[in-house]
Parts: sequence; structure tokens; C-alpha cells
Amino acid sequence: MAIEVRIPTILRTYTGGAKAVDADGSTLTALIDDLESNHPGIKDRLIENGDLRRFVNVYINDEDVRFIGGLEAGLTDGDQVVVLPAVAGGSHPTTLPASPASLLPPTTPRGPRKP
Amino acid sequence: MLTIGQEIHDAIVAHALRDHPDEACGVVAGPEGSDRPERFIEMVNAAGSPTFYEFDSSDLFALYKDMDDRDEEPVVIYHSHTATEAYPSRTDIGLASEPNAHYVLVSTRDCFDEAGGNNDGPVEFRSYRIIDGVVSEEDVTITPSQTTQEESSP
Repeated sequence: MAIEVRIPTILRTYTGGAKAVDADGSTLTALIDDLESNHPGIKDRLIENGDLRRFVNVYINDEDVRFIGGLEAGLTDGDQVVVLPAVAGGSHPTTLPASPASLLPPTTPRGPRKP
Repeated sequence: MLTIGQEIHDAIVAHALRDHPDEACGVVAGPEGSDRPERFIEMVNAAGSPTFYEFDSSDLFALYKDMDDRDEEPVVIYHSHTATEAYPSRTDIGLASEPNAHYVLVSTRDCFDEAGGNNDGPVEFRSYRIIDGVVSEEDVTITPSQTTQEESSP
């Protein structure tokens, strides 16, 4: 089984500069573990406290995984996974990881990080 | 150094003024590796906030897919500060994730009076590299509009 994972510029230090790598897994969690075994260190850039990092977006076949089960989202052969860091910021001085998620209006599609 | 066309510079400023007091944000894409900001793309601030901006996740995906199809990259990532100077905040630095991009900040704090009326004050326009949490300000060179060049093209 092969799933193409597209890697953003900032994480290509973990993939030897590759823009895309192949990985295996029947769920996103399994896929990330498989990525980690070949590209040590990358998991920590994607996951924090057992959840997807607030400012990392992962898409399976064009769908934000937050709307299709998060880390438990299922994968099948031939799927394409895209990782994109959020483009975000602003003048609010809150430092990370005291998440600016708390500044977002409640209508935001992805809720604030779990406590 | 950031070299940017007058028209694109003006479009960024106009977007910031229009969205004031909320922060405005967007990208100027250019051919990969060229360092030329050519295609101005206004984005929606999904946070709709005067102190925070974020691209909507679907918009972000569509933007990167489109740039990928055109062999482009984000040469400039811009946003506005509406009550503070045009300098990256700790949030900006912590979330900066495009080491090859010029981070343009504009400030509209001097453009409006207390009642929200336009007082024609200057818009600060500054550019930075933000790499591994380190901010380096850079010069901005504004080049005249490309009109002449476009006219001479077939």
C-alpha cells in the first residue's frame, strides 16, 4: 500500500528535501507513525499532546482531516495526503503555545485545542 | 531585499485600509525560485479579528494547489496590524512557516482617527525574513508599474 504525502517546505529538512514521500497506514495516526520511522522527528512537528497541532493542517484527498475524523481518519491505497502549516499570525502578543485559538470567534470550524 | 511592483504594493495597502480595523492578509505568488512577487492574491481573514489573522483551511488548500499547478511559491505573505507598528509580533514569529517568503507587514494605525474616519496618515509598509524564530528586516524597493512592458508584449 502506498500513500503519497506532500511535505511543506518547512518540514523538508526531515525528508532530505523531498517534496513528497510515500508512506503506509490505514489511519492518519498509523501513517504518521510510518512517516516517523523513515523520517525521525517529523511526528513531533505534526502532533502535540496526542492531537494534531493547532496550526498544522492535514488534508486527505482535498478534505481537511479535522472534518473527517482527525487522526482516526481512514486511508486507502492511492489516497493523497497533503500537509500544510497554517498561514496565521497577528498583532496579538499572546505567545505560543498559549494558543491564539482562544482568540478565534466561536464560529471557527475547528474548535480550540483541548485542555 | 524585497523588490515589488508599485501596483502590487498599492493593492496590499488598499486591502489593509479596506479591512481596517480587522487585520487583512494575503499572498503574492511568483515563479518558484524567482523571488519575483507577481500574482497578487487577497485572502479572507477567517479569524475576522483586529489582532489575529488566519487563512481559512479550505482556502489555504486551494491556494497551495493552485500555486503548485502553476509552479509558483508564496514570494510574499502579507498582513496588516491595525493598532500597532508594522513589526512581527511574537505570534507572527511563532507561526511563520515559510522560510523562503518575504513577510510583509503594513500598519494602518495612523490612517484613521479615533472615530474611525480616514485621516490620510501614512501606511507603514515593511518587509522581513522570519527563519527559525529570527526576524531580519530588509529593504523594500518599489518598481514602477509594468504597463510599458505589458504594452510592448505581443
